[in-house]
Amino acid sequence: MEKEFTYPEPAGLGDNRIGEKMIVNLGPSHPATHGVLRLKIELDGDMVTRCDPIVGQLHRGQEKLAENMTYNQFVPFTDRLDYLAPMCNNIAFVQCVEKIAGIDVTERCKALRVICCELSRIASHLVGLAAYGMDAGGWTVFMYCYTQREKLMTLFEELTGARLTNSFARVGGMRRDIPESWLGNVNKFANQFLPALDEIDKLITRNRIFVDRTEGIGIITPEQAMQWGLTGPNLRGSGVATDLRKDCPYLGYDNYEFDVAIGARGDAYDRWLVRIEELRQSIRIIRQAIEKMPDGKINIDDHRIVPPEKDKVLRNMEDLINNFVVVTQGPAIPRGEAYFEADNPKGALGFYIMSMGGGVPYRVKIRAPSFITLSAMQEILPGHHMSDIPIILGSMDFVLGECDR
Amino acid sequence: MNSEKILSEMDFLKVRPSSDGIVAFDCPADRIVEAALKLKREFECQSLTDLAAVDMGPDLAKCRFGVVYHLFSHTKKKYVRLVCMCESAESPHINSLTGVYKGADWLEREAYDLMGIVFDGHPRLARILMWDSYPWHPLRKDFPLAGKEAPLPDTFAGNEDATRVVPAPESGGPFHSPSSGTKFSCGREPRSMQVQTGESDNI
Repeated sequence: MEKEFTYPEPAGLGDNRIGEKMIVNLGPSHPATHGVLRLKIELDGDMVTRCDPIVGQLHRGQEKLAENMTYNQFVPFTDRLDYLAPMCNNIAFVQCVEKIAGIDVTERCKALRVICCELSRIASHLVGLAAYGMDAGGWTVFMYCYTQREKLMTLFEELTGARLTNSFARVGGMRRDIPESWLGNVNKFANQFLPALDEIDKLITRNRIFVDRTEGIGIITPEQAMQWGLTGPNLRGSGVATDLRKDCPYLGYDNYEFDVAIGARGDAYDRWLVRIEELRQSIRIIRQAIEKMPDGKINIDDHRIVPPEKDKVLRNMEDLINNFVVVTQGPAIPRGEAYFEADNPKGALGFYIMSMGGGVPYRVKIRAPSFITLSAMQEILPGHHMSDIPIILGSMDFVLGECDR
Repeated sequence: MNSEKILSEMDFLKVRPSSDGIVAFDCPADRIVEAALKLKREFECQSLTDLAAVDMGPDLAKCRFGVVYHLFSHTKKKYVRLVCMCESAESPHINSLTGVYKGADWLEREAYDLMGIVFDGHPRLARILMWDSYPWHPLRKDFPLAGKEAPLPDTFAGNEDATRVVPAPESGGPFHSPSSGTKFSCGREPRSMQVQTGESDNI
């Protein structure tokens, strides 16, 4: 069979020089692995010669569960994928379902989804940067980032009623409309966030210790990044300007003005810079979305997809029946298949849904960006010192809840 | 991505109806590597973004298992979907794409783990999400949602030392309804029954 390359051999298997080398297990419970990831590392002195990530400790069988519940019942499960940006996952999932049914949500819903996605992106990147800074030895940046994230959590609570597991999107719309004065609070947050971000930026970006530890470490070439299927900030850090929000626009992202940040060398330092810049661009998008937030309904008017409002359900027989059918049997989705990728903070979260008609999916495949990121580790980590591994892992910003599904 | 142009290059592909605007083809299972190589080299599909294994139903004797590939072109910003159905339902085989896309490595291991499709030519086709000695392929349609009991992994803490570790049951759970109706909802949750009848000694 024709091949373009061969894979590195897994660590600790079939090597006759094994006496000179040492196998080290990093994890599954180790602060640098950001979750329950186990890395089987083969060391030659202090140099990593092979690396074998072992995942699956958090496997919950979400794809199997999805085949046995209605579409809206699965939305809370998507919270538990990338639990640092739950609303991005909710929205990506319902967007895929809407793609099969050909549903076009209202303009107000699109704008609200954009705000939710971008706020979640900020929340997720803040954790990513905080953990990355801490891996490099800086505790202060962690506190700075979490102060801002706490403000975001308050905003999410105001909007959805939950801080972490929001489950806010529904097929055909959102759970509820925007509460009064919420957009003003988002605007206030955006105004105070940019100076705070500058502080984080100044604290770390020109810090001699941080630059020395990250520059030239964990270099991923553009070809490597595309070969392994990396997406999101990790791909853009390598200099490939693919941003699905711009290139395959969804939610009307093509109506917003924002720049795509890309790295020059593809090292760990570039990935830090890309994330910092993405935070600024997110604020830019949020401000535009607030400014042109259209009036009107948040949900579409099709009661086979979205149940009617509660006061109507309590008064009209027909609405009561619609409500009952949508809640118990799920929204009426036609036969078909769709693949949708949303540019999430961790990379492109993809859903492949096969529908045989009705309210329950036949097959849901979740393309988890963290899974793909970790699969590339077997090629990226070898050749680095053991002490660089936490830096590289931190710069890749993955989350194991999503990887193991 | 122009479907006519791809078809004129590879006449063994068949256009597949697509409800989401992605150019889709049915591909014979034995020519998937050829198709992927051509799409990568001539149509600039640099990435394999997703690989989904599907089970079309346990009653099918032929074409039960399929693999859905999604390729992405970073220069044209377009997706291509390739769908291959495996001939045999008993031992589904398909050629591995690991020689074309590096990213296929874990995606194929996952499809093997959860659906039991064997990818010929994969450098190390081992389980990835479940443990190595796990006997079933849980995403198959004939695997019950309630789960099946399986021997615990060799590394299970209770096997190694004398500490009393009672493993959680691998079947049951709150997400399935029994086919024969039980009177109380706690009957659907085997762990709650254990507590009631005093079978469990770890509380």
